[in-house]
Amino acid sequence: MKVVVAVKRVADANVKVRVKSDGTGVELGNVKMAINPFCEIAVEAAVRLKESGKASEVVAVSVGTDASQEQLRTALAMGADRAILVKGADTLEPLAVAKVLKAIVQREAADIVVLGKQSIDGDNNQTGQMLSALLDCAQGAFASSIEVGDGNVTVTREVDGGLETLQLTLPAVLTADLRLNEPRYASLPNIMKAKKKPLDVVAIEELGVDVSPRLTVLKVVEPAERQAGKRVSSVKELVEKLRNEAGVI
Amino acid sequence: MSVLIIAEHDNRSLKPATFNAIGAARKLGADIHVLVAGEGCGLVAEQAARLEGVSLVQYADAAQYSAQLAEQVAPVVLELVRLNGYSHVIAPSTAAGKNLLPRVAALLDVAQISDVIEVVSADTFVRPVYAGNALLTVRSADSVKVLTVRTTAFTGVEAGTTIARIVPVVMAAPKALSTFLGAELKASERADLTTAKVVISGGRGMGNGENFGLLERVADKLGAAVGASRAAVDAGYVSNDLQVGQTGKIVAPELYIAVGISGAIQHLAGMKDSKIIVAINSDEDAPIFRIADYGLVADLFEAVPALEAELS
Repeated sequence: MKVVVAVKRVADANVKVRVKSDGTGVELGNVKMAINPFCEIAVEAAVRLKESGKASEVVAVSVGTDASQEQLRTALAMGADRAILVKGADTLEPLAVAKVLKAIVQREAADIVVLGKQSIDGDNNQTGQMLSALLDCAQGAFASSIEVGDGNVTVTREVDGGLETLQLTLPAVLTADLRLNEPRYASLPNIMKAKKKPLDVVAIEELGVDVSPRLTVLKVVEPAERQAGKRVSSVKELVEKLRNEAGVI
Repeated sequence: MSVLIIAEHDNRSLKPATFNAIGAARKLGADIHVLVAGEGCGLVAEQAARLEGVSLVQYADAAQYSAQLAEQVAPVVLELVRLNGYSHVIAPSTAAGKNLLPRVAALLDVAQISDVIEVVSADTFVRPVYAGNALLTVRSADSVKVLTVRTTAFTGVEAGTTIARIVPVVMAAPKALSTFLGAELKASERADLTTAKVVISGGRGMGNGENFGLLERVADKLGAAVGASRAAVDAGYVSNDLQVGQTGKIVAPELYIAVGISGAIQHLAGMKDSKIIVAINSDEDAPIFRIADYGLVADLFEAVPALEAELS
């Protein structure tokens, strides 16, 4: 059984990005970049499927510029067997990324595709569900546990108010939520080994998919800043303020 | 121009998020239809029909919709768009909406726009990116606009004076790709996190899951919902559905009390639109104080019980 896992290069989660002064986007020059945290969870899930003997091969895929090779190497160091970089623009919309991934998944004849539920730059939370639609297969979004059976996968999903469990027929697309696992740190020997693992580069044009944008960004602005208020010295004072000044209790 | 709203419900009643989604649709000034897909959900359809601004309810009631699986409901939305030429399909930005609408958009070969916080015009919308650190104004060139809307950004509609027509939708079930096995939903008497007027959240400073009991006792006094930071969820103190933040729930109550929460960017993204923010933290340099209306530097294990006592 083959697993494809998608990986995205994003600004590090601990960086507070700034909007460019001309309002065309956010400033990413000199910003520390990293693998999207949810993609990291997805890679861990895929690698565990291999380690448990359920999967025979894990292929990490990224859509972006050459810089994304760094994140693919991270996935390889975590235990993916090989990687594919689909080289194109790094600002594709989720629908375009889903179309690219569909082409790769079909070419690889993967049984399970794992993605992060959301990237922390665009915050779209769409690509996995879209990919599942395009593949006309089952979707298990926001997974907090995955159990592969014979021709199916049982997925527990994080939903509002609790959890729900679905059984999906394979092939299936899963998206990783926060509690699915705790991703490992790649060890130094594994980082060295990852440098020798195969990383193929495919030009996006070769795939023959329509990646034209559907949305035009008209402007990007910073949200209104919230001002710090006052310090109170005691709980008694706090409650008095909330009652008489703010009037919220 | 007409809009199809995807109702969120549990086959018994509508979730309040639906009211906010309709509130967003009213900004478009278009005809508003609501899809109620489920099993044995006639009362939900009747409830939807009474809502202000709704002119028609599309009512799909069959066994295949009982768990409202995306693979089953998406083809219904697709068929309704084909038959009625809806210009917009809108769902609330909840776990259910986020699960379904990208599937619908991909099948329609259109973009989906997530977490809309402002409707500028019929084709132009504002949405946050980078955990709310930037606001994007985007224009869609697609024939159908598929949107999830942030419930805290739009006022919910209430029951109106007219009753909309309820039209049954009957479709053959597509091949079953997934099967619903079960759900573990918490039956809580406490207010729902996303609709509560007051929210009290705990962070890593709570130390363990049991200590969340301290917050629950205050919540009971205030009729509040209990939330948590991602750090507290990561540490295993509480379940993920309590998570407030970029990757959890977005809340904007009248009063938000952050206890033992340092104020990471991704947490602020989920609560910074609250009307009044209170921070209780022993670290006086915690970033949460920079956005709090009232800050109390104190040991939470003394301050929270004192707060409970003061409210009694």
